[in-house]
Amino acid sequence: MSEPEITFENAASMGLSEAEWDLILKRLKRTPNLCELGIFSAMWSEHCSYKSSKKWLKTLPVDGPQVIEGPGENAGAVAIGDGLAAIFKIESHNHPSYIEPYQGAATGVGGILRDVFTMGARPVALLNALRFGAADHEKTRHLLGGVVSGIGGYGNCIGIPTVGGEVNFDASYNGNILVNAMAVGLANSDRIFQSAATGPGNPVIYVGAKTGRDGIHGATMASAEFSDENESKRPTVQVGDPFTGKLLMEACLELMASDSVLSIQDMGAAGLTSSSVEMASKGGLGMEIDLDLVPVREQGMSAYELMLSESQERMLMVLKPDATQTAREIFDKWDLDFMPIGQVTETSRLVLLKDGIKACDIPLDPLVDDAPEYDRPQAEFVPHPVIASKTITSDAPISHILMQLLGTVDLASRRWVYEQYDSQVMADTLQGPGGDAGLIRVHGTQRGLAMSTDCTPRYVEADPRTGGAQAVAESYRNICAVGAHPLAITNNLNFGNPEKPEIMTQMAQTVMGIGEAALALDTPVVSGNVSLYNETDGRAISPCPVVGMVGVIDDIAKAVGIAPTASGQTLIVIGQDETCNDGWLGASLYARHLAGEPQAAPPPVRLDSERRTGEFLQAQIGAGNIIAAHDVSDGGLAVTIAEMCMAVGLGASIATPDGGNAHGWAFGEDQGRYVIATDNAEALINAAKTAGVSICVLGMISAKDELKFGEGDAISVVKMKTSVEATIPALMNG
Amino acid sequence: MMSLTSMRIAILVFPGSNCDRDMMVAIERLTGRRPSLVWHKESSLDSIDLAIIPGGFSFGDYLRCGALAARAPVIDAVLDHAARGGAIMGVCNGFQILLETGLLPGVLVKNAGLKYICRNVTVDVCDTIDSPFTQNLETGTRLTMPVAHNEGNYFVDEDKLARLNDNGQIAFRYTDGSAHGPANPNGSSLNIAGIVSANGRVMGMMPHPERAISPELGGSDGATLLQGCLEALAS
Repeated sequence: MSEPEITFENAASMGLSEAEWDLILKRLKRTPNLCELGIFSAMWSEHCSYKSSKKWLKTLPVDGPQVIEGPGENAGAVAIGDGLAAIFKIESHNHPSYIEPYQGAATGVGGILRDVFTMGARPVALLNALRFGAADHEKTRHLLGGVVSGIGGYGNCIGIPTVGGEVNFDASYNGNILVNAMAVGLANSDRIFQSAATGPGNPVIYVGAKTGRDGIHGATMASAEFSDENESKRPTVQVGDPFTGKLLMEACLELMASDSVLSIQDMGAAGLTSSSVEMASKGGLGMEIDLDLVPVREQGMSAYELMLSESQERMLMVLKPDATQTAREIFDKWDLDFMPIGQVTETSRLVLLKDGIKACDIPLDPLVDDAPEYDRPQAEFVPHPVIASKTITSDAPISHILMQLLGTVDLASRRWVYEQYDSQVMADTLQGPGGDAGLIRVHGTQRGLAMSTDCTPRYVEADPRTGGAQAVAESYRNICAVGAHPLAITNNLNFGNPEKPEIMTQMAQTVMGIGEAALALDTPVVSGNVSLYNETDGRAISPCPVVGMVGVIDDIAKAVGIAPTASGQTLIVIGQDETCNDGWLGASLYARHLAGEPQAAPPPVRLDSERRTGEFLQAQIGAGNIIAAHDVSDGGLAVTIAEMCMAVGLGASIATPDGGNAHGWAFGEDQGRYVIATDNAEALINAAKTAGVSICVLGMISAKDELKFGEGDAISVVKMKTSVEATIPALMNG
Repeated sequence: MMSLTSMRIAILVFPGSNCDRDMMVAIERLTGRRPSLVWHKESSLDSIDLAIIPGGFSFGDYLRCGALAARAPVIDAVLDHAARGGAIMGVCNGFQILLETGLLPGVLVKNAGLKYICRNVTVDVCDTIDSPFTQNLETGTRLTMPVAHNEGNYFVDEDKLARLNDNGQIAFRYTDGSAHGPANPNGSSLNIAGIVSANGRVMGMMPHPERAISPELGGSDGATLLQGCLEALAS
């Protein structure tokens, strides 16, 4: 069978630049065939190669005594005590989810779960971070409904609880939603599996679902901007099968409990291409595969299609030669395909056979180690001005503004979303969605794992460096707020087109901010994902570097939630002192909804006091001095207090400061603060003074159905609750 | 009366079951003995005191919830066990499977809201015929447990529904006393959350008692329910 001559036109259609095409010719010293070109384009895609971001990612802190496995493997791993490791990663499925929301989101969950159980960990929790367009945009309802249903469809069926996440709305995502999924697993620290192939001659085994024509070149699609024509890319969206995913997970974990697996890699983006190339390349070896042996569910697939298919629920592994029979029996039990398709070689080349002839014979180095890496040009960043509260505030009562803010989709209850996720399967969920962090028990122990996903894109847009640091700090606060000790992070950098200097600046500065905060808060980056080209018709999304953090609490009996438990408990803010009578309204929700969102600098993040306050909170929760804690974020103090009141169904009486700016004080989004409920205020105040932590008494929980600010400015808690619960159901049913 | 520790309990496992471990943990905690997990390809059940069909998505819920599992080899052994008057409990997908086997009447169709729903619900223990699954629970007792399902909307034709009601085969009903949202989460007829067979020996329910076995997990009413069943079966 002869193939037409491959030219730059073919390469361009797969997203390669002219320079990259020339580089392929130079490295191969010949023209590639279609299959080889497909492999190059997938491996050199932004999605697989990190060619625009690598330079910056290298600057992130990745070390620490808690780190077992940093970036580079399928997922990161940290020690949580007792010889156990938490293994976790976050990954995006943005482009597919916009085209086909149910399948796009479902396969996003399936993919991240495979990344975790590939490491030998049993997944124990899922989280997500979702961004949709404006609530009133014509596509939002359809996309939100489909994505939520897809996330639930996969996670519920495979039986891993979804314990946290975030959902936000902004017009910049109208044509390019973000769907980031995070999975957390548990493994014995000395039983973590890696992907580097070992032992020339060892068998390469394909397991799981059969290969079809779905998702061909998905990684390349994920590395290009969107236009109106993208609806036609529906065939590049993968189709998930959580049932097969469950069988594959159980079979792999059963196999990994035996002593059979040398290395293992899931077939995610770029399917058989990236798995075979990465395994061989990491092992400094080669691989030979006979494509005629690949289990298929469609006839007549070419070498190109087989290598680029992104059919789901598949794995590639290298087994000990004498373990094949044991392994086959396990996969037979689970009714999954198990097929030796090749072997590890010493050649440092990827050799593929199809119909008895070589369909591909290329060196591995140019695909991975010598892949292009760019230092893309940046634009100068012009900081937004710092604005004073008084320039945008009014004399309206705090309660009126509070009610207005709570009525927005930004602060609406996410119950409509998270009740579609099974948050309790595995019967270890101590706190599911709706609190500051998800909290699960480490099965069979008193230990707990806390986890959270966070980002505030409007801060990142206003100042990427501060916004990047803020995402880490907010995640840190959410972990501390339940009483856990933050350990490490994974991140998902969602940006526009990096070939535009202003986008490159956003990314570079954001990474700098993330790095500074991760270092200062001792939460190294152990895994991550980059999603670029999030643009539609030339318009970039609001930058969204999602941080996923995991922390540990030694005794789950000590953990707290956001709900006070009885009237008479004192509400106190820490991270703020008595002299504070104004607050930072630049880039706040207040500024967005009540002041026309002027360009303004976001609140600064002070990492030293952040850590001091966070550690103080952990210690006080551990000592049993705190009944409830809630970090202060969107909407400031007033919203934080309101959320605590709604969580318990009690009121509160809050003293307002004399003088200053009332709206700034109530709705300012100054960082590094928590509101806590205690019945031991005096001890807490003394301890804070000793620890050098700012503290200020706000008021008291009351049995009345009113949240009262100062004298006479009050609002019904029931009314607030009704309002926040009604917004999203009204949007979806309206 | 035998001790709970000496009870022989089997939990059936189908491909796609995902509450098998949770149920095993709950039962072991209450009895002090780990129940056996029985793979769906097994064709016999050793003499047992209770068979439990746990929740999950057996066979991916493909075709129809529970339809494929109801035709698995192990079901023949379950039917034999039932014919001998053996006790069987199905939770969530297990309830769906029991309906597909014909051991219990009716069907569970898609939730009225057309969405998966996971949240706590409160059920009332009903005045039932003599059954080990309810005899140790006082009629009117309110139990709070989570539901987590797509298809929990119980439906049966009017005659059979009237008969279930008249015979005292309705074991649990979603109650209006719930503090967790609308009482009936799925549109189920007569607020049915669980039913028993005409001889009281087979019970199916949508809420998950195995997820509510300690205050840390949001409550222990599920443990109360399971403990009552186990003690009744042991006596």
